[in-house]
Amino acid sequence: MAEALTRVPLRFVARRLGGAVFVLWAVATLTFFAVRLIPGDPAEAILGGPGSQTSPEALAAVRAEYGLDQPVFVQYLSQLGRLATGDLGRSYALNMDVGALVLSQLGGTLLLAVLSLAVAWLFALLLATWSTGRGRLARQIGSGLEIIAAALPHFWLATTLIVVFSVWWGVLPPISTADARGLVLPVLTLAIPLAGFLGQVMRESLVAALESPFVLSARARGESERGVLWRHALRHAALPAISLSGWAFGSLISGAVIVETIFARPGLGRSLLNAVTVRDVPVVIGVVMVVALVYILMTILTDVASRLADPRTASIRTGAGG
Amino acid sequence: MTISDRPASGSPNASALRVRNLRVGFGHPGGDDAVSGVSFDVATGECLAIVGESGSGKSVTARSILGLAGSTARVRADELSLAGESVLGLSEPAWRRRRGRDVGLVLQDALASLDPLRPIVREIGDSLRLHTDLDPAERTRRVLEVLEAAGLPDPQLYAGRRSGELSGGQRQRALIAAALALDPPVLVADEPTTALDVTVQAQVLGLLERVRARGTAIVLISHDLAVVSRIADRIAVMHDGRIVETGTTNKVLTDPRHPETRRMLAAVPVDKPRFTRLAPATAVRDAGPPPRMTERPAAAAVTAAAPGPPAAIEAIGLAKTFRGPHGSAHQAVHEVSFRLARGSTLGIVGESGSGKTTTARLVLALTAPDAGEVRLLGEPWSALTEKDRRARRPLVGAIYQDVLASFDPRLSVREILQQAVAGPTPARPARTGSRGGAAAVAALLENVGLPSALLERRPAELSGGQRQRVGIARALASRPQVLICDEPVSALDVSVQAQVLDLLDELQRELDLSLLFISHDLGVIQHVSDEVAVMHDGRIVETGTATEVFTAPAHPYTRALLASVPRLV
Repeated sequence: MAEALTRVPLRFVARRLGGAVFVLWAVATLTFFAVRLIPGDPAEAILGGPGSQTSPEALAAVRAEYGLDQPVFVQYLSQLGRLATGDLGRSYALNMDVGALVLSQLGGTLLLAVLSLAVAWLFALLLATWSTGRGRLARQIGSGLEIIAAALPHFWLATTLIVVFSVWWGVLPPISTADARGLVLPVLTLAIPLAGFLGQVMRESLVAALESPFVLSARARGESERGVLWRHALRHAALPAISLSGWAFGSLISGAVIVETIFARPGLGRSLLNAVTVRDVPVVIGVVMVVALVYILMTILTDVASRLADPRTASIRTGAGG
Repeated sequence: MTISDRPASGSPNASALRVRNLRVGFGHPGGDDAVSGVSFDVATGECLAIVGESGSGKSVTARSILGLAGSTARVRADELSLAGESVLGLSEPAWRRRRGRDVGLVLQDALASLDPLRPIVREIGDSLRLHTDLDPAERTRRVLEVLEAAGLPDPQLYAGRRSGELSGGQRQRALIAAALALDPPVLVADEPTTALDVTVQAQVLGLLERVRARGTAIVLISHDLAVVSRIADRIAVMHDGRIVETGTTNKVLTDPRHPETRRMLAAVPVDKPRFTRLAPATAVRDAGPPPRMTERPAAAAVTAAAPGPPAAIEAIGLAKTFRGPHGSAHQAVHEVSFRLARGSTLGIVGESGSGKTTTARLVLALTAPDAGEVRLLGEPWSALTEKDRRARRPLVGAIYQDVLASFDPRLSVREILQQAVAGPTPARPARTGSRGGAAAVAALLENVGLPSALLERRPAELSGGQRQRVGIARALASRPQVLICDEPVSALDVSVQAQVLDLLDELQRELDLSLLFISHDLGVIQHVSDEVAVMHDGRIVETGTATEVFTAPAHPYTRALLASVPRLV
């Protein structure tokens, strides 16, 4: 393992973190100016949303309090300054600290996404290993299941799962509860389509690995089918799926917006949806920033995992080896 | 290695491997068998070479010996026994106990035959893990011994590396070490030296020789008679799933009986003088005008300055350095100068990494040199801007080793050639084809000896030889005066290689082409070249006429290279 860790030099991690700071700055800037494009007066939103009857004096007072009367550039700089110190501002609608709000919601969403990713990997691995080396029919069944799973939209899958498991069968709650049972349907909703995607790339490289000369060499040493799979082929099959997992995690968090809403589950996704509905700009920016941060960290993690699983990438990028 | 000489179990000359009437079929029962009725014996300490072209059934035979012909194969035989014990109809678990212990397999291309993600110490140690109860530390110690015995000095240095981090020779040794870890009495080696440089090939053959001398029975599968002649005691020639001739190496090479054996022997280009045909004339293309056996108009000494007619290609002091991502620099070509006289062939020979292909790209002006110049027919070439060069590009054609990759897979042969005839300007080939275009395409096909029936095929539906002919036809479409051939026959069977070499020879005479012929294969270079330049580490270390270089090599590297060339005994 020590040998494996040296494949991930600190300089690589440092460079990636530097890149992450740049991406966060870009996200903050983009969201700051994009939010300005939303029609309507932010002061009105603070005082109860558009259409509410507010006096010009109240509006002016709010503008002064939130700095909305300053030039845009000054507002931008002061917002950047606040973000740099980790201050995400105050929610217009909930009148609480956005940082605290986001933190309280983050755990639930992360749990949902991590569990979904793990379950998707499990399904994909099971399907890929079951359907290869078992003849044409199994291969076609496996590939068909993957395509169908990958094509399922979250909202349809969620409602179908609720109808089957809650309404007809009655074994699982239709809305998210505090215990583990409440997690099953939301996790399945997110994991099944992702398992379809991961399974497709896994099976393709699994088939390639099983037909490669090094697997023939392993068999010629007397390696069993299980040994071939675990010692050689699965590692090759996992490589593209690991690279895909960074992207997959991002898609899981955006999928969480729909799933948390359907299953009435507290989390970042639902907070974001609520905030957009009432134009709660600081919450929107806060959630977007945190999601970007999580996405960046996840990408770095998958890159590190790729390097650990495939030593060749490390030597190619640093120009060593060969 | 601590492998003692094999205990003389059984009688001397006991059959380590015995095969009787082996038949292997794929697909429908009753369909044609890939192997139909093969019988042979290999004694302990003997090397039997099974030689044949691709599709002859030699690899399927090799794999059947390990019960690895595949799940779709139907393997039947009257007898198949390893060390006197029948292995016919063994269950899969029983086979697994024997593989690696009673019989080992060495494949071609160690880069792909060792798991690229695992260090070789674990790959080799796997045999020990599967068949012995040694603990991990003992296994590692044993692996180091085996590596050292396989000719890797300082095995500790290499054991932790993966196949991609080793040189071609090192990883082929590691692969052989993996097959020999348990010292199996029978070793099956399927093209173990193919695609290796000649000097490395010679070392690997030397290693196999030592293995045989220790008493291991070796079945050596190869397409190359010259390679096997060095270590095989007996040769079996396979053709269409049958052994058509078998005998001692000497007898098969000097007194071949079967036409297939004679054809393969005639096709080997080593030591065959220039202009001798390597393949029998085909029906499609007859011998053409009689060979011009006279000496060529004095192809001036390669290095001499050039009074007289301008050279087809003149390279003066070429240099090219490639920069790595982190400031590392690799000087691929260093002060390379040569002259390709008009109508002649200059062969550039060298091992992988010697800078041959970079030189070809410089001559084609696909890569700009850091220093030096290439002149074409006495006029500037590499010094021109690409815009000015474009008008003269038709003068230079090129053919490559991986010709399939150089075709658009969706185009038919007709479309590929129409595009080439039309030149680079039109964006799409004329579907209907003008009368002139069709005639030009037909003429090209005739030139390269392809039947017009192939016009509607796609490249993937052609054989390797046919593809290379289409590649040559495409290169000829612009009526070039110079043809750059970069390893044009390296991926071909020896008899197909012979046909392509004959074709290039004929085309050169008919069209008065100047050929720059690049190859790692000294036999091919000797056969096709008027002048030869030997490349090593980016430099030309020796130049001269083919006769001079091959009979009186001056540079030590050339001598080492020539000593490694496998020859028919």
